Amino acid sequence: MPAVQFNRVTKRYPDGFQALHEASFAVAAGEFAFLTGHSGAGKTTALRLIPAIERATSGTVLVHGQNVAALRPAAIPYLRRSLGLLFQDQKLLHDRNVLENVLLPLAICGEPPREAARRARAALDKVGLRERERAMPITLSGGEQQRLCIARAVVARPSLLVADEPTANLDSEAAAGVMEIFRSFNQVGVTVLVATHDAALVERFGSHAVRLDHGRIVTGPGTRAAA
Amino acid sequence: MRAWLRHHAQCLGATLRRLVRAPVASGLNVLAIGVAAALPLGGWVLLGNAQHLAGEAHVDPQLSVFLAREATRADAARVEAALAGAPGVRRHRFVPKEEALADLQRAEGLREILATLGSNPLPDALVADLAPGEPDAAQRLAAELRKLPNVAIVQFDALWLQRLDAALRLGAMAVGVLAALLGIGMVAVTFNTIRQQILTQQGEIEVSRLIGATDAFVRRPFLYQGAVTGLAGGLVALGIVAAALYALNGEVGRLSATYASDFRLALPPAADLAALLGFASALGWAGAYLSVSSHFHKSLR
Repeated sequence: MPAVQFNRVTKRYPDGFQALHEASFAVAAGEFAFLTGHSGAGKTTALRLIPAIERATSGTVLVHGQNVAALRPAAIPYLRRSLGLLFQDQKLLHDRNVLENVLLPLAICGEPPREAARRARAALDKVGLRERERAMPITLSGGEQQRLCIARAVVARPSLLVADEPTANLDSEAAAGVMEIFRSFNQVGVTVLVATHDAALVERFGSHAVRLDHGRIVTGPGTRAAA
Repeated sequence: MRAWLRHHAQCLGATLRRLVRAPVASGLNVLAIGVAAALPLGGWVLLGNAQHLAGEAHVDPQLSVFLAREATRADAARVEAALAGAPGVRRHRFVPKEEALADLQRAEGLREILATLGSNPLPDALVADLAPGEPDAAQRLAAELRKLPNVAIVQFDALWLQRLDAALRLGAMAVGVLAALLGIGMVAVTFNTIRQQILTQQGEIEVSRLIGATDAFVRRPFLYQGAVTGLAGGLVALGIVAAALYALNGEVGRLSATYASDFRLALPPAADLAALLGFASALGWAGAYLSVSSHFHKSLR
């Protein structure tokens, strides 16, 4: 069963703009996949359909075989807890320190405080921020902030990691560091779907890619569309 | 279940810490609610005291049936039977004319006047204590008794009773209206306080919802804040009213002493006060609930 499957998904916004046109693709469980395309191609819209932040106008989005559109509103939080989400604008809490940011998903899941602290520190350790757990996010570099976002996304042990332009504001070294962290999680079985406009990054990490152009899936060398 | 309870405890702790961290803003909110709540609470307390005073002053209405001078014990027994079967009659007693005369003779200055009459001018009588608040039933009973043989006079001060009853009802209604207005005001104040709190925590709320927080999880800390604010406002109102009663009781004591009474204004029983504080807390909770629901309605799911 694919981790993510889009079947002829169209997304039209109330102002008439059509971000996706009957897009179909799949990401297999355990895969490290890219969603590529120029700015405005529909990558962010596609990623926002996965945790039901947006709803498709037509077509179906399946996450681990579950039709997202068929979920009751009360079930959506539980879908989101099964995902690790990295947002383009990071969405870090700047009035909380590094450790507290990572603790948030565990608090939401009802993890006991002591166990939550242990797991949050372990996640920070994996992304190399263990020594900065008391720092405020604003004092971190761009790369460190992105690694903090990764720690927050993975701390609740999701089976699918969805990242929207995680290297957009990073230099090539920091971007490579972030991608290496993704690869390490992928190697232990986490499905990773990364949206990026950086073709060089896709080439370097050599994973399968689904390319979007003006909301349509484009197939070609190095890309793959699957229904 | 344990996680749920843990989150409740964390929310309560966070609410109390937030109140302590911003003492001026929190204090002013609580004071605004407390002062507003003090008005109907004070009215309610005064009304309760007035009802208590009326009870102490034997406000329970009495109905007196004076028999004709030629009336027999059988006539008195007939009236007694009518009183015994009537609804709203708490108790009744027969007052023989000899007892009435003896009572009168004990009154200062009347002994000499009665001595000049030669014979007992007083009739046998029956006195009934009626349940308060039922002037119509009392009037119907008086009309029935007047129809009995050898009943000379049935005395019942219906107008006085009706006026007292109406005044107490009016007071209760005024307090009710004031309390309803306060309730709306309290919900509005809490709504606004929580709305401001939501605005300062908008980022946290958005992130929490995006990573899987349920509406209940997001709502819970705000509900605690509303409930605690309402409870604190209720306590302030209670303090204001208690202080006002303390200040008034000196003069009330002097006034009641002139009526040979030791009456003092008092707070309602502890159970009533606890219910009142619970109600204030519930209003705060309701304001917070509406505020968070309004935010949810406007924001993404």
